Amino acid sequence: MSAPAALSLRAVHKRFGGTVALADASCEIRTGTVHALLGENGAGKTTLMRVAFGLVQPDRGTILRDGREVRFRSGREAIAAGLGMVHQHFMLVPAFTVAENAALGGVGRFDPAQAAARVRDVATRTGLAIDPAARVADLPIGAQQRAELVRALAQDAQVLILDEPTAVLTPTESEDLYKWMRRFADDGGTVVLITHKLREALAVADDVTVLRQGRTVLAAARDAVSEDALVEAIMGSDVFRDAAPLPSADPTAAIVFALDGVTWRDAAGVARLANASLTVRRGEILGVLGVEGSGQAELLRLLAGRLTPTSGRVVHPAPVGFVPGDRLHDAVIPAMSATENLVLAEAGRLHGAIDWRARAKETAQVIASYEVRASGPSAALATLSGGNQQKFVLGRERGIAPQAIVAENPTRGLDVRAAARLLAALRAVAEEENGAAVVCSTDLDEVLALTTRIVVCFAGTVTEVAPPADSSDRSVYARALLGANL
Amino acid sequence: MTEILLAFWDGAFGSAFAFWSATLVRATPLLFVGLAVALAFRAGVLNIGAEGQLLLGAIGASVVALQLPDAPRLLVIPLMLLAGMTGGGAWAGVAAVLRRRFGVLEVISTIMLNFIALALLGWIVRGPLQEPTKVYPMSSPFTVAAQWPFLIPGQRLHLGFAIGLGMAVLLWYVLARTALGFRIRAIGLGARAAASAGGVHAESLSARVFVVSGALAGLAGASEVGGVTWALYEGLSPGYGYTAIAVALLARLDPRWVVVTAVFFGALEAGGAAMQREAGVPAVAVQIITATLLLGVLALTRRQQLRAARVAPVAKDGA
Amino acid sequence: MIELVLVPFLEAAVRTATPLAFAAMGELVAERSGVINLGLEGTIIAGCLGAAVAGAAGGAGAGYFGAALAGMMMASVFALFVVTLKTDQIITGTALTLLGLGLTGTLHRTLPMFAGPAASLPTTGPVAIPGLSQLPLIGSVLFAQPLATYALYLLVPLLAWWMARTHAGLALRATGESPDAAHAAGIAVDRVRWSAILFSGAMGGLCGGTLVLAQVGGFNEGMSAGRGFVAIAIVVLGRWSPLGTAGAALVFGGAFALQYLFQSLELALPYQLFLALPYLLTLVLLAALRGRARAPARLGT
Repeated sequence: MSAPAALSLRAVHKRFGGTVALADASCEIRTGTVHALLGENGAGKTTLMRVAFGLVQPDRGTILRDGREVRFRSGREAIAAGLGMVHQHFMLVPAFTVAENAALGGVGRFDPAQAAARVRDVATRTGLAIDPAARVADLPIGAQQRAELVRALAQDAQVLILDEPTAVLTPTESEDLYKWMRRFADDGGTVVLITHKLREALAVADDVTVLRQGRTVLAAARDAVSEDALVEAIMGSDVFRDAAPLPSADPTAAIVFALDGVTWRDAAGVARLANASLTVRRGEILGVLGVEGSGQAELLRLLAGRLTPTSGRVVHPAPVGFVPGDRLHDAVIPAMSATENLVLAEAGRLHGAIDWRARAKETAQVIASYEVRASGPSAALATLSGGNQQKFVLGRERGIAPQAIVAENPTRGLDVRAAARLLAALRAVAEEENGAAVVCSTDLDEVLALTTRIVVCFAGTVTEVAPPADSSDRSVYARALLGANL
Repeated sequence: MTEILLAFWDGAFGSAFAFWSATLVRATPLLFVGLAVALAFRAGVLNIGAEGQLLLGAIGASVVALQLPDAPRLLVIPLMLLAGMTGGGAWAGVAAVLRRRFGVLEVISTIMLNFIALALLGWIVRGPLQEPTKVYPMSSPFTVAAQWPFLIPGQRLHLGFAIGLGMAVLLWYVLARTALGFRIRAIGLGARAAASAGGVHAESLSARVFVVSGALAGLAGASEVGGVTWALYEGLSPGYGYTAIAVALLARLDPRWVVVTAVFFGALEAGGAAMQREAGVPAVAVQIITATLLLGVLALTRRQQLRAARVAPVAKDGA
Repeated sequence: MIELVLVPFLEAAVRTATPLAFAAMGELVAERSGVINLGLEGTIIAGCLGAAVAGAAGGAGAGYFGAALAGMMMASVFALFVVTLKTDQIITGTALTLLGLGLTGTLHRTLPMFAGPAASLPTTGPVAIPGLSQLPLIGSVLFAQPLATYALYLLVPLLAWWMARTHAGLALRATGESPDAAHAAGIAVDRVRWSAILFSGAMGGLCGGTLVLAQVGGFNEGMSAGRGFVAIAIVVLGRWSPLGTAGAALVFGGAFALQYLFQSLELALPYQLFLALPYLLTLVLLAALRGRARAPARLGT
């Protein structure tokens, strides 16, 4: 412990307008370790690291880099001091190549060949496979993340800050990333892992720091704390307990959703989904797993009636409730009020005059029964937090179609509490309404806990995966995602 | 300076004649084009082409007036309105088709169409519709049946203003209270969500709104030739179609407020003309005021109100 | 026939393309930073007046300087609004165009220097480059032009090199494609956009300067005649690359020059058709080339 910490943040305080984002938060990150920064969404994890990286200026507090006090006024200064940050939403220029992205922020002449050589060099040295000449927009999401890492390393980052790096990765990709992080730290590098996935963090971290409501509530070596203690630190005393698994559905129950030999081709004629067949009956929740771009987005939209199949037959009730993954672009209009957003779901079907007063009453009911924190039906959706927006969307869709819901990554970006409420509402579709739901998620734990059956999408094919005899064995899903056992 | 301001005030509000016969007469075309721009912007359609659509509306109405010299007023005036709307709507329709079929940004296409409309008008008043002596670049004067009635005896305020008020009320009702209006506002603020969550056909709706917006601008042209000039000639519009943007934005795209801002800019135009007559200050100075007001409104307006539609391109498959 | 019709036509095309190319180069840089400058028309007319005022006072050199300065003044208003105050680019640009037309019109009618008979301005006529201008066909077309045209011969390749091969050029393009990513990489996005807009102002001003000092020899109200809007279309047709934009400017120079050619041929077509030709051409080419070009991803935001 004699060597100074790679990065120390002490008593950092930051307000945004009326809300306190950080209240004397502190964090000591030792050189050569993986440090997990845990907490619910909105606990201040990302803000604290943005302060460290110079993107947010703190109201007060001290930052030390290798024991020397520093104050970065921009990301450029932080990069110069050996810091690198991989943001949750990637900060890459999609139209640029990996090499151009890595060179961004330099001065003077720009030599494409030299930039590519630099990327190639870093990639081979650190074991991150990436093609420097590839356009970022053409890369799958896992490769984009490697491009982010390579960029940070090409700028000689010794301390890597990763913000929810596995949120968009498949279980296998996540595992690879954790292995890589471990190796990077063992070679003398330092990693800060911002996450709310407790189990995964514990598997890789040396130290943990927990933030709650902008305060550091726990800081310890990984081995010195129990999982229960961490859960309590993250959540406070009010701990959410796992619900009992759903019973298997009655195989003779009525069919709600069905695909029969369905193929969907995009504008270029490529079959994004080929010859898919499945049925979902009353009382079932179907889980959908798939690496991004494997056809699950199309599968969900076909089931929700948002796409028409190129060939084959689709059965779905009308209307179907749909909770799309990109909430702010596909589900709501942020500048409109909650009432208007409620009416939005029927906008294509309505005729004549709209009784806004009656609609506001309906909206107030949704807000109340789904515990949406909003100032009222006239509040613009933009003023709600992500979790509350999502609860509102699910409430709206259940109002339209109580017995048939399709949801795409419904808990992405939500904190544990909001996610739990949302999942309970989805269960209610099957349990209380005797309807059916189809839920796609990248979180295997979530899918296993919520659903009665699971299908895996791989390269446009859909395969049902029977649960393994040993329920803790997840390799069967991982193999299916990669098409290994088909 | 006082002298200039006095001339300005006299020209706009100084007398009953100034108000009813100058300010409100100039406010009339601004009312139509202001509504046209407000409607288009509400739907996320950046129609900068009200000027050209106005000119085509004027041509359309003039063709009717000149082709039916002997028809009764009750037939001619409705037909002029219809022809004005058709002319303006068709001109906007060109831009709508260019946007939908060929992906040409309406901002550029409507401006190009403004210049083309000006050239077209220049040719028409020297060619097919030129007065019989073939000396002046203008059409023959309309017959009495095609001259729109005045609303107040002794004042030049004409039927067009009343129609414009009616249009404002209608547009407000549709936008605020009906499902169609809600769809229009929804595609303006979030086209993707309107398509994906609401099943709204955003592209075809915005194309239809574009055409209706052009039809409203066309009415401005019909109202000018029918209510003010009683003939088609080149210098018909001193840039009403551009002032329309200020009229609509100052009204925050609310049709009720467009009535107010149209009268305000009508007063500016009337006062500016008087200022030039009486005090020798060029009337183009009014454009400086217009631009400054526009910039002032912009600085105070949250830009996301006009923005969402363009940030998120309309997804073809509702994905 | 070639000597009598084609060569004068091509000469006129290059001459007419010169101011368009200046404006388009400025617009190109602004658009690559993510800013569409619909106020370019107002910038150009301000440049015209600046050239006339400064040119009358201090000669052609001062005229070009005044043109660039006037353009940058207009552009700084535009940048203040769209970059600093984050107002809508399209509407702000329209307001700037109105402002430019109104200001220059008012000044033109009130400044004493425009009161009497049109003051004669020092103009910069064609300068034939010895040797090169003797080349068959293209010699006089390319190398017997005003100095402003030669400045473009240097500017266009320089701009292409700068955009592709310097970190500043990379930063410009990144700002137009993804300001968030540029910001995260330590690029001062607002400063990049301010600089790009000021550059486009100077170029728009020089477009006006060339019109006044190398072509018309005086100031007329509204003499920009939509060139600002045409320049924006030129950038689209040039696919946001300096060389492509220069080529597109030449095509439009040809379209404008056709007016003179057809008038001299005394065809039985209404001359308004030729007035409308450049604008019709814009629409046709934009429609024909759809989907081929990709605008900077965050243009206009």
